[in-house]
Amino acid sequence: MKVFLIFLSAILVNNFVLQRFLGICPFLGVSKKIDTAFGMSLAVVFVMLLASIITWLLNGVLILMGLGFLKTIVFILVIASLVQFVEIFLKKTSPALYEALGIFLPLITTNCAILGLALLNIQNEYSLVETVFHALGAGIGFGLALVLFAGIREQLEFADMPKPFKGLAGALITAGILSMAFVGFSGMIKL
Amino acid sequence: MSGTMKEFSNGLVKNNPIFIQALGMCPTLATTTSASNGLGMGMATLTVLLMSNIVISIIRKLVPAKIRIPVYIIIIAGFVTMVDLLMHGFLYDLWKTLGLFIPLIVVNCLILGRAESYASQNGIWKSILDALGMGLGFAGGLVILGAVREILGAGTVFGVELWGDAFNVFIMILPPGAFITLGLLAGLFNWIGISKEEAKKKRQKEAKKAGGKA
Repeated sequence: MKVFLIFLSAILVNNFVLQRFLGICPFLGVSKKIDTAFGMSLAVVFVMLLASIITWLLNGVLILMGLGFLKTIVFILVIASLVQFVEIFLKKTSPALYEALGIFLPLITTNCAILGLALLNIQNEYSLVETVFHALGAGIGFGLALVLFAGIREQLEFADMPKPFKGLAGALITAGILSMAFVGFSGMIKL
Repeated sequence: MSGTMKEFSNGLVKNNPIFIQALGMCPTLATTTSASNGLGMGMATLTVLLMSNIVISIIRKLVPAKIRIPVYIIIIAGFVTMVDLLMHGFLYDLWKTLGLFIPLIVVNCLILGRAESYASQNGIWKSILDALGMGLGFAGGLVILGAVREILGAGTVFGVELWGDAFNVFIMILPPGAFITLGLLAGLFNWIGISKEEAKKKRQKEAKKAGGKA
């Protein structure tokens, strides 16, 4: 039951983008079209899941060796090389998926949602199963916010906005209103 | 002298990392619930940016081009770990409020961006000035954003009471307030930029007219 609550709260209550402010750069950067937003979300879910499992295992090793304070350095290196590895692996084994994810894979290295998720898993002292579900929830939550936002922005293209608010400023205010909707979920699940 | 001043002031206003370049958005939105939190985050980022710019500028000729990005990331992560531990030791309350966002300075695109586009091509002195300008521009932006949110949301600024509980827009402290405040401020900056440009065009036109008459 707790596993399910962790999963659901990562999607709705503590949505990574709209409530925790992790992964804002891709959220603002690749949300102009629903198709690209969907591709990016898939890539993020995939990398989040892999990165969470590997960093969870590595953290156990680090703690055994008494090197817990090195986790930031180790995690970012793992994530960077993992992204590279996934890119090479996909290119060889499944060119179709590689084509679909395309340029989004290298961008994921600097997505703070991945490192943030890895650190949160450790901070909350999750077990491996809980970590897996937390990662899945976080990825789906990220995708949900991104696809919703892309849908709104596609419509906004046709709206007559004041000149200073075209582009980033208008997008931020739209994100604020979307975030307000997600505040409605707060307090729904208490862990 | 004017050349060196240019390096410094570039990041401060003209290419402000927050309002113009929109870099490092995650900590910008997350840590500005009050002006002092914004200042703390700004100073932590400034420290890491300054140290990493210095080191990268020193070793820029030793690092092979192909592996430069991983090398930069390790240098940055090293300084972030130091700042994290130092803040844990000496500024425990601030460390606790900023929480996750101190280790996340590693993935702040501003720092890697300056390392890649500036420190890896320029000398130490220039890189220091660039880091100071960009870092102070970033910190300044965070303080402005934090102050606006704190005034509207809690009626205080830097913890000093202005009107207290008499007028509170609570949503400003919550996550949506961050997006909306930053959106409005970015709109304001754009508006100033646009109206300045239009005024310049108008003046040029008038100057042309006057010139034609003469």
